[in-house]
Amino acid sequence: MTASALGIVLGFARTLRHAGVPATPDRVQAMITALDHLDVASPVDTYWAGRLTLCGDPADLARYDAAFAAYFGGVPIVRPPRVVTQLRAVPLDVDEDEGSGEGGDARLAGRASRQEVLRHRDLAGLSAAERDEVRRMLALLAPRVGRRRTRRYGRARNGRVDLERTVRRMLRQGGEPTRLAHRARRRKPRRLVVLADVSGSMEPYADAVLRFAHAAVRAAPFNTEVFTLGTRLTRITRELRARDPDAALRAATAAIPDWSGGTRLGDALKVFLDQWGQRGVARGAVVVLCSDGWERGDPTQLGAQVARLARLAHAVVWVNPHKGKPGYEPITGGMVAALPHIDHLVAGHSLAAFEQLAQIIAEA
Amino acid sequence: MNPQAASPQALAEALERTGYLPDEGLATAAFLALSMHRPLFLEGDAGVGKTSLAGALAEVLDAPLVRLQCYEGIDAAQALYDWDFPRQVLHLRAAEGRDPDELERSLYDRRFLVARPILQAIEQAPCVLLIDEIDRADDEFEAFLLEVLAENAVTIPEIGTIRAETPPLVVLTSNRTREVHDALKRRCLYHWLPHPSYEREVAILQRRLPEVAERLARDVARVTARLREADLLKPPGVAESLDWALALHLLGARSLDADNAAATLGAVLKYHEDAVRARATVLAELTG
Repeated sequence: MTASALGIVLGFARTLRHAGVPATPDRVQAMITALDHLDVASPVDTYWAGRLTLCGDPADLARYDAAFAAYFGGVPIVRPPRVVTQLRAVPLDVDEDEGSGEGGDARLAGRASRQEVLRHRDLAGLSAAERDEVRRMLALLAPRVGRRRTRRYGRARNGRVDLERTVRRMLRQGGEPTRLAHRARRRKPRRLVVLADVSGSMEPYADAVLRFAHAAVRAAPFNTEVFTLGTRLTRITRELRARDPDAALRAATAAIPDWSGGTRLGDALKVFLDQWGQRGVARGAVVVLCSDGWERGDPTQLGAQVARLARLAHAVVWVNPHKGKPGYEPITGGMVAALPHIDHLVAGHSLAAFEQLAQIIAEA
Repeated sequence: MNPQAASPQALAEALERTGYLPDEGLATAAFLALSMHRPLFLEGDAGVGKTSLAGALAEVLDAPLVRLQCYEGIDAAQALYDWDFPRQVLHLRAAEGRDPDELERSLYDRRFLVARPILQAIEQAPCVLLIDEIDRADDEFEAFLLEVLAENAVTIPEIGTIRAETPPLVVLTSNRTREVHDALKRRCLYHWLPHPSYEREVAILQRRLPEVAERLARDVARVTARLREADLLKPPGVAESLDWALALHLLGARSLDADNAAATLGAVLKYHEDAVRARATVLAELTG
């Protein structure tokens, strides 16, 4: 490859990294090798050489196309229509239209707006001493999940005879029968899935929920999945794998585009089930859903999706911060629809409530 | 190099001759996997033709296809090699009284080794090794696979290292039931396999089921494409549209109408909720 072509590829890789695709040096090296086998001058070949080597996730593909178009001035292929990850956009004026009929209604204050506020929340303002203390305690929670039997076998005191190891022992003894070795199914913790509602009405509690989720991810990094639900679904598991809670939360906050926006819980839950849950993430897992149940969309949709989740998951735990308040009754439309399908309804307003949640997860 | 794999276009044509119709991206991916000796990592919805690509590639290269189906709990003894213990014990009993050192050497001979898919592929190379549904295996298994894919060799402590002279063409597939580790993906060419376009799907149906009437093939492709957009729990893949076309053909249909579609819906939709939804929306349009 000529030096100028090399410069172009390296420049493109830099653009791609800015766009959020992890184009690591070894991947870039692979692209250069791929181009050696193809025609560097052809835009189509360049496109595919880069896409096949630099991307590693369906989410990367749209970013790749955008970066490619920006850098080379257009994408040389016609993309087949793909299922879009985000939810449908809703016209911004719907809120006023619906709100005018029930003016002065006190429930309106608690209800989330449909407007998607694409802004980043500033965590710098939360430096009160008690709050720091609570955060430190949350980080120490390390929730553990109940165990299940796997298909993998391990050594055991008793159980089925382990033919392989028994015969190995026999071979060492010159073929004489000897002590029997046994094996039994290993046990492994169940997967934990945290679905956190980050809409406006959950704002005072979302920070604690995400810190709890971070503690869970740190306790079992490859057995925990965390998503946020708002007007769209965002997977933040990767961001939360960082060791330092503050750094992890900063990264997660940056990744959530709809922080403190509206809620369409049923729709977001459906996207989760379609793209992750049904494929396997929710199967046999303990699913913790943190939300106050304020649903801007259709409560029957939420009910149907929670029912679907309950059929896939081992246990569904609903964390509602309002449950800890005196006189609380689950009467919001969303809660009423979801209630028949959930296994545990717990509070999530205090540190004690989160400790109780950790206990329930461990016993689920 | 195989003349059929001289360029992405040549490979696409060769694949088409076997009955597999790849799009440009997939042909380029397979071509690069062959010329760069890198594993090909395919992701996409169930039934879009990930597994059948491996079969088609084996046919094009005129090489055997070795398949390793992954499942939870799969380990090295099922993927790599195992010792044939009962035969070893018999050998030991039969050879009693011989020199112990020689006996031990003869005990760990190649003939007592049972080759599982990965060792088979290394020994048989050139061949196509299909590692199907890697997302179903545990993550410990991935780490182990990484070693084999990087070296194209299997080390057996008692025998030594068995290395492939020409590395096998490795095709990995995943349905994304969980995320596969980056370390594994980094060593592979990554390709997302989309559902085919309408024209390509018609071509696939006609190619694979030449007995089906052209009108029926077009109808099935059109309605299947509509079903994929109908927000179903499990959108139908190419495998389902092939099943559907065949089912309709066996019932003597020459085109799709509301009645025969309703009767054969079980071939294409596998969830009760989906069938109800499809009857109310897509199939209702057929009558109208």
